[in-house]
Amino acid sequence: MSPLAGYLLVAALLFAIGLAGALTRRNAILVLIGIELMLNAANLNLIAFWRYGPHPEALTGMMFAIFSIAVAAAEAAVGLGLVIQVHRMAHTTDLDAMNRMKG
Amino acid sequence: MNWVFYLISGLAVAGALAAVLLKNTVHCALALTVAFAGLALLFLKLDAQFAGFAQILVYIGAVAILVVFAILLTRGSETPKDGVYSKFPLTGLAIAAAVFAVLGWAVLHSESALPHEYRATPAVTVMDIGNALMSRYVLPLEIVALLLTAALIGAVIVAMHEKEEAK
Repeated sequence: MSPLAGYLLVAALLFAIGLAGALTRRNAILVLIGIELMLNAANLNLIAFWRYGPHPEALTGMMFAIFSIAVAAAEAAVGLGLVIQVHRMAHTTDLDAMNRMKG
Repeated sequence: MNWVFYLISGLAVAGALAAVLLKNTVHCALALTVAFAGLALLFLKLDAQFAGFAQILVYIGAVAILVVFAILLTRGSETPKDGVYSKFPLTGLAIAAAVFAVLGWAVLHSESALPHEYRATPAVTVMDIGNALMSRYVLPLEIVALLLTAALIGAVIVAMHEKEEAK
């Protein structure tokens, strides 16, 4: 197994763990944690392809990963703000209990 | 493929598993920090120093703290009576397992598009990254700056406590 395949397998495993967490947990914050894990797994793919690709000095994969980290940070801030507001309206973060569109 | 790689990928995977499996939400956030640290170590192992330290600063320093704040503000640390998993956990597990099977199969059974993986450490310094950010990637950088400003204001407005006029 080549080094690149090893990193890709680890990234696939992390992505699957994040997906399982996002799909099976009830707490909205835990779903966001799963999404963060999936984004991180994608970043690991980008960095691994940058490292083992033919032109690392072009910095394409590295730039993609850096911008992805910035966008993920923005997503986490807005998502957690939404969770706090939903908790204020519905008094729960249980996704199965949130079945109304109006607070 | 040496023992360092197996050690830090084991750390990252164990942290991720604990983050989605533990019952107490605060413990989940702490395990998530371990997973982020493992990923940062993997970035450093891949000679991506800047991305590794950005990962530590942004994810361990900011996102994990935000998650802990959100958990404490929503009193999410109390384990609910009717379990932590949704009504159909097996469906989600099956979907995740299928995704991992497809991805793993594709990784293991495909011809490498890179006929010879370049093993030499890329001679890329933080200065090169800064130069690229200021020259070729300056427009995406400005867009990300705008996005971060909008997200900052948006998060504050969304989470701002509204007065009783809503009722």
